[in-house]
Amino acid sequence: MNRFDYVRPATVAEAVAAAAVPGSAYLAAGTNLLDLMKGGVMRPARLVDLARVPGLDAIEALPHGGVRIGARVRNSDLAYDPGFARRFPAVAEALLSGASAQLRNAATVGGNLLQRTRCAYFYDPASACNKREPGAGCDAREGENRLHAVLGWSEQCIATHPSDFCVPLVALGAVVEIEGQAGQREVLLEEFHRLPGTTPERESVLAPGELIVAVRLPGEAAGFAGHARYVKLRERTSYAFAVVSAAAGLRLEDGAIAEARLALGGVAAKPWRVPEAEAALRGARPGAEAFRRAAEAALAEARPSGDNAFKIELARRILVRALTLAAAGTPERLPALPASPHAPHPGVSLYG
Amino acid sequence: MSLSITLTVNAVPRTIALDDPRVTLLDLLRERLDLTGTKKGCDRGQCGACTVLVDGRRVNSCLALAVSLDGAEVLTIEGLAEGEVPHPVQAAFIEHDAFQCGYCTPGQIMSAVGLIREAQAGDDPERVREAMSGNLCRCGAYKGITEAVLEAQRRLAADAEEKAA
Repeated sequence: MNRFDYVRPATVAEAVAAAAVPGSAYLAAGTNLLDLMKGGVMRPARLVDLARVPGLDAIEALPHGGVRIGARVRNSDLAYDPGFARRFPAVAEALLSGASAQLRNAATVGGNLLQRTRCAYFYDPASACNKREPGAGCDAREGENRLHAVLGWSEQCIATHPSDFCVPLVALGAVVEIEGQAGQREVLLEEFHRLPGTTPERESVLAPGELIVAVRLPGEAAGFAGHARYVKLRERTSYAFAVVSAAAGLRLEDGAIAEARLALGGVAAKPWRVPEAEAALRGARPGAEAFRRAAEAALAEARPSGDNAFKIELARRILVRALTLAAAGTPERLPALPASPHAPHPGVSLYG
Repeated sequence: MSLSITLTVNAVPRTIALDDPRVTLLDLLRERLDLTGTKKGCDRGQCGACTVLVDGRRVNSCLALAVSLDGAEVLTIEGLAEGEVPHPVQAAFIEHDAFQCGYCTPGQIMSAVGLIREAQAGDDPERVREAMSGNLCRCGAYKGITEAVLEAQRRLAADAEEKAA
């Protein structure tokens, strides 16, 4: 790990001022940052520790049914908050399907949005990576790339964003609250992460030194609580990143779909909301035919970036699975294996 | 740069001067406080051997900067037993043969203590296995570990009931 200066500001304003120094990085739990620093992938000259900054820890109910989640709220505290989990069950399920209990006890909301890709070539300083070193090339293109992106990728970068949490959040219209030296602003989560294009090193719309202070879900997002699921396919049962994942929320009226929310994880450099598929479901009767049509629309633009053509059909099937489970109704209690396709789902026929 | 922090480690308050902010909680425990019960496995948050409780919650001590935990309460495997009497989780691990080589065991036990405090798994072995998935055991003692966690949880609940009565 490189040497760095350590500062511990006492307010958001102090933090933002401290991080304006070039080479600075914010430290929350550090579960991803320290890992990257140990590997020499990130080498910040200064760490701005958010541990003592007040006002980042609350889960606040907003008027009209929304919620504001402080950037330093721990994953497990959010997932197990009864009021939150009841109103946004797919978000709780996604959180509990991610990482391990130890990591969820430490890792934060803001850090989850800003976690870096798990592309092995990004993690290996001996490999060429345009994200780590702009212009160096991309060893993933001709390497082990079966888990890489099938949507939104570029010749320069085929990495995926690894978050589970962000997938239902983006489907539900989450908003990111940001503070910087120029003041406050907010951005839809859907517009927060950037696709790689020719600048894969720029992963979000954050300007240097800007700080995520909170994530908000609008009140209408709770309208999907009765029919909301997250499904995540992994290469082992637990404690692994998604090969592909999907969040689905349905609002049913008189047996038809009044409104659908859908997003995919593990397929692109950002959590991938699919408005075309949402539109395809409006007014439809929930069922295999409508769900497959939506899945076709969601992946219409997908193309393999390497040995990963299988992910396209897999993503369609996981989307159909998430919709089938959502239509059956959010369970009273999450399954023992949250988001797992292997979890038993009493009363739900998954195979037509 | 010299940084001074205070930590309560196994109920003992300590003031610690750090000459370098790069020290992780794991390295602080092992190299500076001679508490070598907490093990370094992968040092990257993947194996769980370094699990300790910070402010009552299980975390990977390899992925936490000590300097950032100023003021925290830390519980390690050395602080678990009451004198010579093992903690119910320690006793259950012995009874259920929940280890072979023992290297992952302090992390497994601290993780189990954290799991029982979290009170989310109930008596469902599948939920216990899922909640212990952040602790790898290369000897494959998982069957005994799951039984030990369930047994210790029952015993702690019975003890708490007895105390309340």
